[in-house]
Amino acid sequence: MTTRGTPSERAPRPGKGWGHWAQVLGAHAVLLGYTAFALFPILLVVVNSFKERRAIFRTPYALPDADTFSLVGYRTVFTGARFDLYFVNSLIVTLGSLALVLLFASMAAHALAEYRFRGNTLLGLYLAIGIMIPIRLGTVSILRMMVALGLTDTLWSLILVYTAQGIPLAVFILSVFMRQVPGELKDAARIDGASEYRIYALIMPLVRPALGTVAVFTMIPIWNDLWFPLVLASGERTKTIILGAQVFLGQYVNDWNAVLASLTLAMVPIIVLYVIFSRQLIRGLTQGAVK
Amino acid sequence: MIVFLAPATLVYTAFMIYPLLDSLRLGLVAPGPGRVEAFVGFDNYRRLFTDPNWAPFLWNAIRNNFVFFAVHMLVQNPIGLLLAALLSSQVVRFRALFRTLLFLPTVLSIVLVGFIWRLILSPIWGISKDFLGLFGLEHLNRPWLGLEGSALITLSLVSVWQWVGIPMLLFLAALVSIPDELIEAARVDGANAWQVFWGIKFPLILPTVGIVGVLTFVGNFNAFDLIYTTQRALAGPNYATDILGTFFFRTFFGVQLQPGNPTMGATIAGVMFLIILTGVVLYLFGYQRRLQRIEL
Repeated sequence: MTTRGTPSERAPRPGKGWGHWAQVLGAHAVLLGYTAFALFPILLVVVNSFKERRAIFRTPYALPDADTFSLVGYRTVFTGARFDLYFVNSLIVTLGSLALVLLFASMAAHALAEYRFRGNTLLGLYLAIGIMIPIRLGTVSILRMMVALGLTDTLWSLILVYTAQGIPLAVFILSVFMRQVPGELKDAARIDGASEYRIYALIMPLVRPALGTVAVFTMIPIWNDLWFPLVLASGERTKTIILGAQVFLGQYVNDWNAVLASLTLAMVPIIVLYVIFSRQLIRGLTQGAVK
Repeated sequence: MIVFLAPATLVYTAFMIYPLLDSLRLGLVAPGPGRVEAFVGFDNYRRLFTDPNWAPFLWNAIRNNFVFFAVHMLVQNPIGLLLAALLSSQVVRFRALFRTLLFLPTVLSIVLVGFIWRLILSPIWGISKDFLGLFGLEHLNRPWLGLEGSALITLSLVSVWQWVGIPMLLFLAALVSIPDELIEAARVDGANAWQVFWGIKFPLILPTVGIVGVLTFVGNFNAFDLIYTTQRALAGPNYATDILGTFFFRTFFGVQLQPGNPTMGATIAGVMFLIILTGVVLYLFGYQRRLQRIEL
């Protein structure tokens, strides 16, 4: 602070002067403006998906009314593609991978936090490599492996890859939290004759907030991924919702009703999920998770 | 103890570390007679960097990828910082609501974001024309995604629109953890908000600036979905939007009449691996060490 050009009288204090109110107003204006910019494209797509074709082009900014309301896009989507099947596939892959990541990562994090053994730090670092190096770069080899295992075009291939992808960050975050669990607690349980498995089960509820954070972080990239479904499971029976939407959008690119309806359908699940979990997600990102 | 460590380590090693290493190995082999793969040393890399059938595409993809990265560093991260600074200000109302809404585009799939923006920018729908018209700029309305000169920058900005939430939240976390006493002391000394921000807050969040930088770098050099969705695997017009991710996909998976070439694909993955590793190592050794010195 060597450059103090302004006299101290000009320092903005809460509740004083026009300069202060101008600043407050300006801050809100910028935030409101940017929020509008962030939401406008999404709202525009959702609103227009419920309109008939001519209204989409004539009055794109109007809400659908009795004249312009139409579900023709949604009908095309459900006759042209198996969105219900894609949705179930996405759900199986996401929840399956999530369960495995949470189970395996919490076990590993527990061991890393609880036991002192040779190579503890080294193993922690080894498991952390995957935080920075994207698994995508190993795709050529992963595809060969899945072919050899006969797992191409199965949901298992996706679940295995996503589990491997999710483990590094999950172990990292969970072990930070597990180190904060007081040792006396575990020692007391041991004196009472609890087995090591029992102690693990005892700790789980104590790190529930961390598990929630990890769950959200793991889930969103898996649900949204295009790359691995495209490479490993592009068959009609195993398409995820994102791949299904991508293929459908490519085929129906000139049918605006269908395009807008399928975009809305593909967006809804993740937006619902986000509304439910946004507090957990943002708390995770803003506390300790990455620092 | 082994029981606890085994599942995570095994799955991670089998489906992440092994494929990464095996991919690096595949970059050093080529299919020989009888489809047997033979070790060829760095021949694939030599071909990729010098052969007229490969090198122009590689350099084009690398250059485009650096442009993509530069736009994120120059637009996304400053906007993220600005929004975080506003959201950390005590005088702003409804901060939690703003935070939640501003982060919404970040949780959407890139595929959907790409299509949404393709519609918005489409001259057929005319949304971008109306929008520019508000500012009297109709003459600027062009098929941005279809022109060689503007497609890459346009897509970079679409990507910025989506991902700005990540730097915003990371900067916000760093800003709210600054002790109030430090800021109060500067205020008492007569510093204004601008001076407090650049003189006190910004130096204190430098570690986060580094993290945001390296995350942007890794994410950008691994990007694929947005280009593939909006411009297809050929990354048109005329490869103007081809980045390493799409070049990698096209090469190993094949496109239209061009058959897939797994070993050359693995070679491109090897180049991407080296670029990303260089970025991460530079960050770990250069940036962090310099920060430690400042702290001392």
